[in-house]
Amino acid sequence: MTEPVALPDAEGHFGPYGGRFVSETLFAALDELRDTYEQLWQSPEFQAEFDLDMAHYVGRPSPLYHAKRLSETYGGAQIYLKREDLNHTGAHKINNTIGQALLAKHMGKPRIIAETGAGQHGVASATVAARLGLECVVYMGVKDIRRQTLNVYRMKLLGATVIGVDSGTKTLKDAMNEAMRDWVTNVDNTYYIIGTAAGPHPYPKLVRDFQSIIGREARRQSLEQAGKLPDAVVACVGGGSNAIGIFHPFLDDKDVRLIGVEAGGHGVDSGQHAAPLSVGTPGVLHGNRTYLMSDENGQIQDPYSISAGLDYPGVGPEHSYLKDIGRAEYTAATDEEALHSFRELTLLEGIMPALESSHAVAHGCKLASTMAKDQMVVINLSGRGDKDIHTVADIDGIEF
Amino acid sequence: MSRIAGCFAALKTQGRQALIPYVTAGDPNPDVTVGLMHQMVAAGADVIELGIPFSDPMADGPVIQLACERALAHNTSLTMILAMVAEFRQQNNTTPVVLMGYLNTVERMGYDVFVAKAQAAGLDGVLMVDLPPEEGHNFTQSLAQAGLDAIFLIAPTTTEERIKKICAVGSGYLYYVSLKGVTGSAKINTNEVAKKLALVKQHTQLPLGVGFGIRDADSASRVAKVADGVVVGSVLVNALGDNQDVPENGCAQVVATLTAMRQAMDA
Repeated sequence: MTEPVALPDAEGHFGPYGGRFVSETLFAALDELRDTYEQLWQSPEFQAEFDLDMAHYVGRPSPLYHAKRLSETYGGAQIYLKREDLNHTGAHKINNTIGQALLAKHMGKPRIIAETGAGQHGVASATVAARLGLECVVYMGVKDIRRQTLNVYRMKLLGATVIGVDSGTKTLKDAMNEAMRDWVTNVDNTYYIIGTAAGPHPYPKLVRDFQSIIGREARRQSLEQAGKLPDAVVACVGGGSNAIGIFHPFLDDKDVRLIGVEAGGHGVDSGQHAAPLSVGTPGVLHGNRTYLMSDENGQIQDPYSISAGLDYPGVGPEHSYLKDIGRAEYTAATDEEALHSFRELTLLEGIMPALESSHAVAHGCKLASTMAKDQMVVINLSGRGDKDIHTVADIDGIEF
Repeated sequence: MSRIAGCFAALKTQGRQALIPYVTAGDPNPDVTVGLMHQMVAAGADVIELGIPFSDPMADGPVIQLACERALAHNTSLTMILAMVAEFRQQNNTTPVVLMGYLNTVERMGYDVFVAKAQAAGLDGVLMVDLPPEEGHNFTQSLAQAGLDAIFLIAPTTTEERIKKICAVGSGYLYYVSLKGVTGSAKINTNEVAKKLALVKQHTQLPLGVGFGIRDADSASRVAKVADGVVVGSVLVNALGDNQDVPENGCAQVVATLTAMRQAMDA
């Protein structure tokens, strides 16, 4: 068997998952992207350009922070937070948009498009577009536009055009449909920055490679600060880019448990969730084969989560593969658990996590409580919670 | 000879081109579809493309997305659609029927189950817009074993190398997407289409159908001068959508549009 770390294969497959399931018009563009990427990613000049931006524009490395009060509260393993929330623009998304914007620049595309759920990827895309002087169009479901007004305004300030998507469930999956339609129409001059480790090959691979800086740092920092590798690494999974980014450099460390936390919504048995790995079935959507939430007729079901960034009915194909081979485990945290962790981390550590990341915190704390005090759990704090203050305030009945 | 091959061969001897209407099965409701298929044949259709409604039709524009939503509001499923094909076959054993849609509906039913049911229903071909030849190897083989044609798309962006690959695995006819975009978008440029079709012709004996951007008798007749078949979809689907509360009116408009196209193509 091919070692998981060596995947995908040349056609973009992770076992039975991944691949390129798109209409014919996009093939030439995907080939061009794959060839450009494979060439540049091997080049020391491109790596240096990427690393320089990571250091001086994003502010990397992000700290690995020992959350002592949180650890004491749960009375088990030592909890460390990988502080992606401290990145420029407030989430891990910027790692990927910097990388892809460099690709767009090298390919000579003057226009970039992106889809966004919570708005973090849209903001990160608008940010790199502003910096490189590229035209930027962001597709966003109108339901998400309502619950993420702050990020919508941020994107507009950054010079991006935000297009509301009113079809289907009016959330992330519909934004992705619309971005694909734009790309197929404007494929000659447009680069599509997919925000998560999903979509047709080579996206799952290149997004993972750009995001793997999280795991490389976390691995090194664990050795430096704790003198050992963590016993478990926990990350939230929507499409799964922050999770694959922190997991991938640990794949060969077989003693490190890798745990992805999906959005349990009102509970995975309630039908109102966004947890395809927990209760979905394999299928084909958005250019790849992966676990999906679809009904018995193959129609995609409406996902639900309090967090717009996890509100997606599919997941990156590499996660589907890691689930099947048992290298990573997947579970879910409910809205209620995530909200509890949002408040708890804010009060105990003075760190306000994004609602997406709060799902990882919720499960990470639960897990830590079952472990010994000399053990170590790293939780990927993929984003900060400023953008979610309105959502939480609404729940508290507070109007601004 | 398959029904599709027979159809194109017969047309060729008459010096005519195939008129290939697309409608979404179950739009505006499932009771309309079989009757509409017969009406379209009477109006001059040679092959019928029946869309499988999908919740996330990424390669389609808003017109067909809305058709999918109308059909899905009536729970139109792949099982029901195959039953529609079987019902159509009770009265029509000559007009080829092709299912067009997105892979997940077939994947969820199971490829072997689908192929067996499709063969039993009297289906002739399958076009999955998000299944390129390199991902569809096994499925294409089982379709062929069941005597069903696997129809593939060729786009303006398709390289000559890929054209060869697609021509090698495609059967029935090839569907040339006339423009970069989704269904129902801009107008067709017949000169550019003719150039690309000439290139494709160097690599295949299969008939070439052209779709996307054909919306009236004039564009249909222009395309018929350079292609073997003319696919028309969004303009028909629009008529069904505009008249969803009175489906007979929508069907009448579809018939009128097809009749005009047929006359222009045969003139």
